[in-house]
Amino acid sequence: MRQITASGQTVDEAVQSALEQLNTTRDQVEVEVIDEGKKGLLGVFGSKRAIVKVTILKNPIEEAEKYLKEVIRNMGVEAEITGSIEGNHITFDVTGEKIALLIGKRGQTLNALQYLTHLVINKDKKQYYTVTVDAEGYRARRKETLETLAIRMAEKALHLQKVVELEPMPAYERKIIHSVLQTRDDVSTYSDGVEPHRHIVIKP
Amino acid sequence: MKALIETIVTPLVDFPEDIKVTETEEEAKIVYHLTVNQQDVGKVIGKNGRIAKAIRTVVYAAKSDAKKRIYLDIM
Repeated sequence: MRQITASGQTVDEAVQSALEQLNTTRDQVEVEVIDEGKKGLLGVFGSKRAIVKVTILKNPIEEAEKYLKEVIRNMGVEAEITGSIEGNHITFDVTGEKIALLIGKRGQTLNALQYLTHLVINKDKKQYYTVTVDAEGYRARRKETLETLAIRMAEKALHLQKVVELEPMPAYERKIIHSVLQTRDDVSTYSDGVEPHRHIVIKP
Repeated sequence: MKALIETIVTPLVDFPEDIKVTETEEEAKIVYHLTVNQQDVGKVIGKNGRIAKAIRTVVYAAKSDAKKRIYLDIM
């Protein structure tokens, strides 16, 4: 049962009764007051009971974790997933065998999984979450690689005195490169092209 | 493979009962044909085919028993 209508002397009592019937707690439901009820004369005459409608909210994070788990299992990979929340940012860390299959070339499979999970989590649009799917520290390793690449490409641009274009990357990978080169005043960076071909250009 | 496609698509659409995946084996490849409710088409394709691309990436990455190429046809 996901939804129930309950009544009580007061709104609070009605909600309490609904929670007991649904066997859940206040923070996992949405309450809609249908009738606030009336005390009536001496609490006897003309009194009206309060009526509330209580709906259990789907926990989007649990849903997403279940989704990710199912998809990975159906891909034929045995993996463990641990999720953690920080504000409205959710990180899923995947560990297990054959993790390379889940990451794919330049993380494209991991990014696809991340995007799909993001869609599932934000489907109801009640609250917006950002999602990161990480596998065996891949994101951190990739960040390091990109930082080295950024510096090397900046040197190349300076050496040749020409603009250097990088290959297309997703937004957060471009951000890593932008922020590495932001502090330097000998090169400037900007992004060019339209998604999904948007890429970084480094200008001496 | 069919199960994988269904698992990916089901939570994305509003009418999960209308999801259909059919399999056709051709000489060099296996074609999976995915159809969803008319109103859900946008939800599996996405802006500039972004969702479709993500679905394909995941499906193609999954290992299959057959040694043939896999192709996913949407709608």
